[in-house]
Amino acid sequence: MDNLLKISNGQRIDRKNIPHIPFETLRQELVLFANKGGNIVQFFAYEDKGQSKLLAVLRNKQNDTLYVTGCDVDNSFASLTIENEKFHMFEREIAEQYGLKPDGHPWLKLVRYHANYSRKPDVFANNYNHDIPGNYPYFTVEGEAVHEVAVGPVHAGIIEPGHFRFQCVGEIVFHLEIQLGYQHRSVETLMQSVPAKRLPIIAEAIAGDTTIGHNLCLCQAIESLADLPVDEGAHIVRTIALELERLANLIGDLGALSHDVAFNPPSEYFGRIRGEYLNLSQVLCGSRFGRGLVRPGGVTHVMGDEQIKLLSEKMAELTPEVVHVNDMIFSAPSVDARFTHTGTVSYENAEKIGLVGYAGRACGLAYDARVSFPTECYADLPAYENEKTNGDVCSRATVRREEIMHSMDLINTLLKRRVEAEIYRPKEYQLAPDSFVVTINEGWRGEVSHCLLTDDAGKILRYKVKDPSFHNWTGLALSLRDEEISDFPLCNKSFNLSYCGFDL
Amino acid sequence: MESILSFCFAVMITPLLPTVIQKVKAYIGGRQGPPLLIRYYTMIKLFRKGSVYSTSTSFVFKLGPVVGFVTSLMLLFFFPMAGIEPIFSFHGDVLILFYLMGLGRFFTILAALDTASPFEGMGAAREAFFATLAEVTIFGILILFYRLTGSLSFNEFFSGNHVINLMGEYGALLILVVVALYIVMLTENSRVPVDDPATHLELTMIHEVMILDHSGPDLALIEMGAWFKLLFYSAFLSMLINPFHADNVLLNGLIFYAVVTFIYITIGVVESVTARYKMNVVAKFILMPFILVFFVIILTMGVIQ
Repeated sequence: MDNLLKISNGQRIDRKNIPHIPFETLRQELVLFANKGGNIVQFFAYEDKGQSKLLAVLRNKQNDTLYVTGCDVDNSFASLTIENEKFHMFEREIAEQYGLKPDGHPWLKLVRYHANYSRKPDVFANNYNHDIPGNYPYFTVEGEAVHEVAVGPVHAGIIEPGHFRFQCVGEIVFHLEIQLGYQHRSVETLMQSVPAKRLPIIAEAIAGDTTIGHNLCLCQAIESLADLPVDEGAHIVRTIALELERLANLIGDLGALSHDVAFNPPSEYFGRIRGEYLNLSQVLCGSRFGRGLVRPGGVTHVMGDEQIKLLSEKMAELTPEVVHVNDMIFSAPSVDARFTHTGTVSYENAEKIGLVGYAGRACGLAYDARVSFPTECYADLPAYENEKTNGDVCSRATVRREEIMHSMDLINTLLKRRVEAEIYRPKEYQLAPDSFVVTINEGWRGEVSHCLLTDDAGKILRYKVKDPSFHNWTGLALSLRDEEISDFPLCNKSFNLSYCGFDL
Repeated sequence: MESILSFCFAVMITPLLPTVIQKVKAYIGGRQGPPLLIRYYTMIKLFRKGSVYSTSTSFVFKLGPVVGFVTSLMLLFFFPMAGIEPIFSFHGDVLILFYLMGLGRFFTILAALDTASPFEGMGAAREAFFATLAEVTIFGILILFYRLTGSLSFNEFFSGNHVINLMGEYGALLILVVVALYIVMLTENSRVPVDDPATHLELTMIHEVMILDHSGPDLALIEMGAWFKLLFYSAFLSMLINPFHADNVLLNGLIFYAVVTFIYITIGVVESVTARYKMNVVAKFILMPFILVFFVIILTMGVIQ
């Protein structure tokens, strides 16, 4: 496989070692790879010395190897989506970001809503003087009993903005179209332009609920390119922080799920317990959302005996409470009736669109970046396997329940290690020139991946961010097919995807 | 005099009772809940506000809340709270009352459709569908009561020699009627497991989504109408199950309202221990009490002949 270079997570690669093949070969190679069950981790365009290029990072079906490959590309290229659906969102993104048109793409629509970075003619015929969504061709269904329900972008409550269009017949949804981009802040170009010390601060704000997940990806990428060592103690703190983030969010999700079916007591208990875990993050680093903890080369807060004691005590206190409330949710027949057979995504569809995280695991895609491409302390920590894989709301809830228990085990294990991190001192660093690195971490929502390319002066040439929501929003749309429209909020909550993580 | 006082008291106390449900739910969820007088405060707040009207609505939209409120208020004119003779009563008033409620609902639905919002149209369709199903049970119950008392007036149901009560002549049969009426109460008042009055998710709402566009005094009228309706149903239920009858009017009233409060508490408990049903199960759930009532009617046929 000379066309694909085998790499590992967070490994620095000289850009000249990345296979550079003709587009046609790349297309064949990628389609073949995807048809064999491989997945796309990253597939994006960038410009180097005036030439548009494509770069793809792939993950094989067994989830044990990563590959990278690249090519030069013209202003338009033959779409890969026609051959395999996994490229669908990536190609739309490429078209939007660099004005490169995937010819024959069956669903070529805006991903966000911004002018392309290369000042090429806009693929979508937008001039970006109008408000979002501009020139967006919504899918419509016609017929006597068909009606359209449009929800958002302004929602009740404190939900982020996003527009949902349902094509319904009576109460049944034919098709759901999700149009996002309202929170686009141009994170990727920002990352390419700001001074190095601001990078972690921006990474932490990519998605407010995945602070640690995104920031870890950034810091690992920088550590790899600048050759910064990280001590064992810092690895432990980072892993604990990531698991605390997972705990708080998954517990919040389960509470919200039971709230959405009007089963209130668990949602109230879990609302409080979620706060307790956020407070543990505060014990760890002074921020409930883990901000300012992870920095290139280490962690800013040392976990001393006092913190370990506080954490262990609180963990011991909360564990039985979590178990109890979980039992309450999962033993109520009326909740079970609502969760089961609602919002089902089949294994075939999940595989086709490459679902990640708990949404993927609930459909039987066992991929967990902590197991497949371990970073920090995950290599020597036990994994878990979920058993319920029906792809419905119930499965997604059950996966969460199991992950919560698993996370608590991990934290307890790590707390016993008692390796104190070194005191953090910010270091000046220089990124290796002409290099490439991809980092993958299992954020609470699924696979978070950052990709960094440097130019010959060691400056960031291209920074690519991928939140798990990028894959999973399509999953939500699929889960609504032939489902009752009144079950949409429940399905939505069971995925609980990030708007700002998608909009970047 | 007694009738008017009883009516005034009922009107005054209505905003307090739904808070009982909220308190119970809060207590079970480990919270304190809102202050007991929260609904009085809300009413004062809403009446001091102005209403906002969309330019796409017509006079029908403004009519909706008024008709809804008036028809619900009229329920209290005719219902013998605590067995005290109501202000108005005539033979056949039950039929008129249930159709007045239908009229109120009709105007709420019209007002919802008038906004031309896809949400509200959806809610209106659901409300009309489920209310129609619930009506079958109501009229089943009325037929039954007519057979038992030979009357179609609330006052005559609950006074005189043939008082309909669990302790009375056909008590055993009434157990089924009470269950049926309880389910109808949950349906008609959009409570869990049929509807979720506390949700913020427009797509799952039935009743709440129809009133999304109403604001200020209009919203206050709708809310009050809903409370009167809930009070009416729980009063109806408590007249059926209340086993005590004291000669003292005050004591009688006290027991009556205690039973009413008890019913509100049970609603709170039901809402805390069950999740909402899926929309396609709701229809079956609403039709179930009709089967109960129908069964009871068949039984009375055997008893009487």
